[in-house]
Amino acid sequence: MKQLMGVINLDHELDHLNELTYFRCGAAVPFASRYRLIDFVLSNMMRAELESVGLFVRRKYRSLMDHLGDGKSWDMNRKHGGLFILPPDWNDPTDTSLGDLQHFHNNLDFFKRASAKYLVHSGSQHINTIDVQELYSYHLQKGADVTLVYKKIDQLEPEHDPCLRLEVDGEGNVTNIHHEKNHPNIYMDMFIMEKEFFLEQVEYCIAHGESFFFRDAIQKRRDKLKIAAFEYTGYHAVINSVSSYYKNSMELLNQKEYTDLFRDNLIQTKIKYEAPTHYLESANVSNSLVANGCIIAGTVENSVIFRGVQIRKGAKVVNSVIMQKCIIEEDAVIENVILDKDVQLSRERILVGDSKRPFVIAKSSKM
Amino acid sequence: MKKKEMVAMLLAGGQGKRLKGLTKSIAKPAVYFGGTYRIIDFPLSNCTNSGIDTVGVLTQYEPLVLSSYIGIGSDWDLNRKNGGVFVLPPHEREDGSSWYRGTADAIYRNLKFVDQFDPEHVLILSGDHIYKMNYNAMLEYHKERKADCTISVIDVPLEEASRFGILNTEEDLKIYEFEEKPAKPKSTLASMGVYIFKWDVLRRALLEDGEDALSSHDFGKDIIPALLSKGKPMYAYPYEGYWRDVGTVNSLWEANMDLLSDNPPLNLNDPSWRIYTRNPNQPAQYVAPGAKVSGSIINEGCIVRGEVKHSVLFYGVEIGEGSVITDSVIMPKVKIGKNVHIHKAIISENTVIEDYLEIGTDRENEDEILLIDNRSKKRKSVPAKTI
Repeated sequence: MKQLMGVINLDHELDHLNELTYFRCGAAVPFASRYRLIDFVLSNMMRAELESVGLFVRRKYRSLMDHLGDGKSWDMNRKHGGLFILPPDWNDPTDTSLGDLQHFHNNLDFFKRASAKYLVHSGSQHINTIDVQELYSYHLQKGADVTLVYKKIDQLEPEHDPCLRLEVDGEGNVTNIHHEKNHPNIYMDMFIMEKEFFLEQVEYCIAHGESFFFRDAIQKRRDKLKIAAFEYTGYHAVINSVSSYYKNSMELLNQKEYTDLFRDNLIQTKIKYEAPTHYLESANVSNSLVANGCIIAGTVENSVIFRGVQIRKGAKVVNSVIMQKCIIEEDAVIENVILDKDVQLSRERILVGDSKRPFVIAKSSKM
Repeated sequence: MKKKEMVAMLLAGGQGKRLKGLTKSIAKPAVYFGGTYRIIDFPLSNCTNSGIDTVGVLTQYEPLVLSSYIGIGSDWDLNRKNGGVFVLPPHEREDGSSWYRGTADAIYRNLKFVDQFDPEHVLILSGDHIYKMNYNAMLEYHKERKADCTISVIDVPLEEASRFGILNTEEDLKIYEFEEKPAKPKSTLASMGVYIFKWDVLRRALLEDGEDALSSHDFGKDIIPALLSKGKPMYAYPYEGYWRDVGTVNSLWEANMDLLSDNPPLNLNDPSWRIYTRNPNQPAQYVAPGAKVSGSIINEGCIVRGEVKHSVLFYGVEIGEGSVITDSVIMPKVKIGKNVHIHKAIISENTVIEDYLEIGTDRENEDEILLIDNRSKKRKSVPAKTI
């Protein structure tokens, strides 16, 4: 019997990626040449063979639903359990719940139908490759009410600013949860607890007019709970802004980051049936990630190229992220730019952004 | 079962001895091609793109990889409630059991399979060719001519015609004679091994052939000549486009090389006629600083630190610094060390090539393509620094 179910809660994730999140939620933003941010948390849950996974999302989810389909790519198209996409659809006139508690309250059936005893909760902004089964064993061994996952960051960056911090004692218990910007223990927006306990907390919070599960049920009540801390040590990136998106994309060009994230081929995504990438005679590519289905005749340096991109002869792409199906025509030059999907850049166009603040060109622009 | 207008039967049981080590443990249709495909992806994708949703795949030689590759057919959109893809190995029957004795025998043993769908027509395909073809257009032609059998043909140069099965036709393409590999060909219309039969006509012919102890139970040698001798209306269907038999190591290599020009004769990037395949879901390929890649096709999961020129890399291939790969086909998960030179070779799946190995360089006869696997003897160059 499977003992774990999953909750992916996108309710409180702010869409701060400018043009990239005008029409899609953060979780649906393409990343690393062929994935979307949601793929990482889904792949972690897939490897842990959870009974069912519920995805709670409030806004801009069309692109996300298109990507997820019936969950087949993550082996979650199951007869029993599997993936449940649960957008807001509630009409109960007696409902007084607020915030993310609305999702939980209005989808009680999803929780109650599952036979799993424990629940893993995660967002989508912390990219990681955690072994959820190991987290589960640790939680059982600690005998805690809830176990929170954190990563100790030696060099804090601006994208860590909005993250909560955990103070952890020598026995691996959480002693405080706060926002102090210089504290290195970044809470990864992921916890595990018993399902029944979770539902009790939801009910308690609603009864007290609360609106945010983590803050109101865990952070505020930390003195009443036994909270364990699980230290995660693998690949970790926080993507909550254009600059963190750009920086973490570029870091995948380093051997260490690439190997850490992609070792053992852990990450699954929606399959596209593209041909392998064709490098024409005039191609000149270095230090770049390239997905399938591309036709490259120009120069590409230090860039991340998604599926089905065409870079024509004489074109030059440097330090840029080029998403699906963009076409860079002859002799165009781009540097420090993020092109969203389906952008077409005409001949001899020159676009140069700042290395810290790249240009972002919205989806389907013709330039 | 719901009635189908046409059912496809794909002959995939052949060993393909001329592919040598490449078919040591897999059937020929499972051999890799074009950086990501297996040969069978082409007929299967052609079926799905032509709107044919019922395909029987006849397996015999080393069927494990092929059957698990096909699975329930979802990669080719052939996981259907009515129809879909069916793997059909030889099976035991009340009157005894034996292997498929020939291409026609394979269909004869599966009459019941075809009968379930009560089709008007049956499409016979083989798993040895690389081509994109609309079988539905061929069916329309077959129906227009009220043919009992229609055979797809390609015009070949006269000097090569004696390597093929040649169809001799009247001006309206009605076939009057079939010659297998004629010494003095009278026509240049070569059979592509793609046939459409009226099912009732083929069914009767198979029953007669099945009883004939002297028959070799082969479509080309027995069934087609038998129908011709009865004067049945049979027509050639002229196909124009890219078509290659990849039955030998050299022809497989050549067809791979055909993909590498800037405007290849076979376009694999055509969204209106995709070639579907099982996707191993690998991360994006990485081309390192100092690497050089040109005139090549490369699949996901590859890490290139050396030079790749005019070559095909399948998924998960790694190429170390200082290595130079030219005019070669590198199959999945091959690991190539540093300062290796490979020229005009096919490297089999999972082969490990150590640093400083020389493969295919400095040889007098470049006409023969080297086929390298972990068992091959390899020559090591002396590292330049130690001289």
